[in-house]
Amino acid sequence: MKNKLSKNAMNILVPVTSVIIALFIAGIVILLIGKNPLSAYWVMLKGAFGNKAALAANISKMMSLVLTGLAVGFGFRAGIFNIGAEGQLMMGAIFSTIVGLNLGGVSPVFAIPITMLAGILGGAFWASIAGYLKATTGAHEVITTIMLNWIAVYLTNYFVAGPLAVGQGVPKSPEIAQSAQLPPLMTVQATTLPSGIIVSIIAAILVYILLEKTTTGYELKAVGFNPYAAEAGAISLSKNIVLTMAISGALAGLAGSMEVMAIHHRIFGDFSGGKGFDGISIALIGQNNPIGIIFAAFLISSLRTGSNAMQFAKVPDDIVTIIQGIIIFLVAADRIVRTFILKFSSPKGGESK
Amino acid sequence: MEISDNITVMRLGKVTGNVAAKNTNARELANMMVGREVVLRVEKSAKKPGKVAVEVDNLWVKDNRNLDAVRGISFKIRKGEVLGVAGVAGNGQTELVEALTGLRKIEKGKYIYNGEDVTKKTVRELRERNIGHIPEDRYKYAMVKEYPNYYNLILGKHYKEPFAKNGFLNHKVINKNAEILIKRFDVRPPDGTIPTGNLSGGNQQKVVIAREVSFNPEFIVIAQPTRGLDVGAIEYVHKEILNLREKDVAVLLVSMELEEVLSLSDRIIVMYEGEIMGEVKPDEVTIEELGLMMAGHRIEDIKLEEKLAHGGDPIEK
Repeated sequence: MKNKLSKNAMNILVPVTSVIIALFIAGIVILLIGKNPLSAYWVMLKGAFGNKAALAANISKMMSLVLTGLAVGFGFRAGIFNIGAEGQLMMGAIFSTIVGLNLGGVSPVFAIPITMLAGILGGAFWASIAGYLKATTGAHEVITTIMLNWIAVYLTNYFVAGPLAVGQGVPKSPEIAQSAQLPPLMTVQATTLPSGIIVSIIAAILVYILLEKTTTGYELKAVGFNPYAAEAGAISLSKNIVLTMAISGALAGLAGSMEVMAIHHRIFGDFSGGKGFDGISIALIGQNNPIGIIFAAFLISSLRTGSNAMQFAKVPDDIVTIIQGIIIFLVAADRIVRTFILKFSSPKGGESK
Repeated sequence: MEISDNITVMRLGKVTGNVAAKNTNARELANMMVGREVVLRVEKSAKKPGKVAVEVDNLWVKDNRNLDAVRGISFKIRKGEVLGVAGVAGNGQTELVEALTGLRKIEKGKYIYNGEDVTKKTVRELRERNIGHIPEDRYKYAMVKEYPNYYNLILGKHYKEPFAKNGFLNHKVINKNAEILIKRFDVRPPDGTIPTGNLSGGNQQKVVIAREVSFNPEFIVIAQPTRGLDVGAIEYVHKEILNLREKDVAVLLVSMELEEVLSLSDRIIVMYEGEIMGEVKPDEVTIEELGLMMAGHRIEDIKLEEKLAHGGDPIEK
């Protein structure tokens, strides 16, 4: 383990190198379909950061991706594979909407935290079901959370087509009370920069503190690394499984809450649009590190926002899916990249250990 | 030694000696391996044990396949006494250890500790009562190999003062604790931030022992403490176990190494298929008798046969 590069440097270098390699490979694909990769990337770059509106659109995408990334990454740290961020996000959105609808006369000072809390509890409750089942019966969380995802999807559809239905056209709920909406930080034309991004960043910092500074974090990570030693070390496995799931779900629920309070102000069918699943990629790219996840979420949101602009340059936005796929592959199979970096950084070359 | 003609000893990457097998002995080889005089068999002091600390009565425990692994065993351990458990691996010793440390459910019977019934207590409740545990599989049960030494040195009391307060870890105290223990127990390399999984087996065991000793146990369950260790580390571990005995700790020592059980224990019980074949004193038993007990013969029967043999009657086997 005597590398020239420290472990921390590696944790940053691996994702960064992966992104560069992915852009390079996708560039070849763009070349093969007869376009100029450099100009395509330039358009993408401008589309993601070119002006205030682009940046605002980018950050409003990033907001909930940070939270779903944290949800999945937090689970990973404790050895739990939470595939259910999607469903937990929707439950958070449903809870927040129902509570937010009924806070008409309440001052925002109370309405905002209460609506937020409702979303957090909704997500935590939904994930705890899977946690409880794993702790008591051993039912694997991958199976149960996927099943719970579908239940959440149909519950959302039921609410927007039934009890909460309003208006014509797309099934949707009414807008939540003005006092429960998060005011935008900035409005550029039709795009707003949601203040929810601040909530996301604070959540990431809190998760970092929880993992690194508290006994709860110590126990959760120990369970994640080695449940046998954790148990012998007086750490209750079942308690920590349920707790991990609850916190993970709370973060995903908060994402749903933010989508409602800061962006859409309501729920509708297909509300999440895969943000929960994106959380898995983001957690992987961010190496399950809360701060890394902020950057990973920003990377994905930038790619997504930029891909819209790239389409105008006649380059299909599927390129972004290719880029994302390659990044995840390289980050997950990080040994490839590590070896690559070590060979590159050692002057003699060929030193792989 | 039986197979080789010549033996070359290496230490720290260098050859320290080259001897003909017929001209050497275990002691000389051990000295060459460690680089100093090694005591292969530690001498324990004569000591009068105190009052009963642990009492196990008709204990039944199941294994992972839900079969009875420990079948109605009873014993007592006094303060300052080492009770050795000998036996061929897989005769219920693992399950006994797990039951006494709260990792496995006790199906039937009583487990009394300092006068209190602790039969149904959890790992944490037992640890709170100063019951220590050095697990047989240190890699799997004794440490989180990804955790740095300073974290592994508090595992089990990580949630208590002074290591934590109000749910927050006190890294200053944790680091200081690691610094002191690493020095006192001579863990190498002396660095609290290295993941314990990167240490050698002997040093990993030192970390585990340092932790359990620093928790000041009143009763400690030690299983296979020297498995896979080199002679120097084995000597070290043996000394630590006798130190615990000196400090009036009640010790249950489970080991497959007969020599280890014989040299460290005050009394020895031999387990076979979950039952106790007999209880003996190490200086009153022969290796042959222990071997017979490990193969499922009860001590009474063995003694009887011996008596008959000395009386001139034929031995029926």
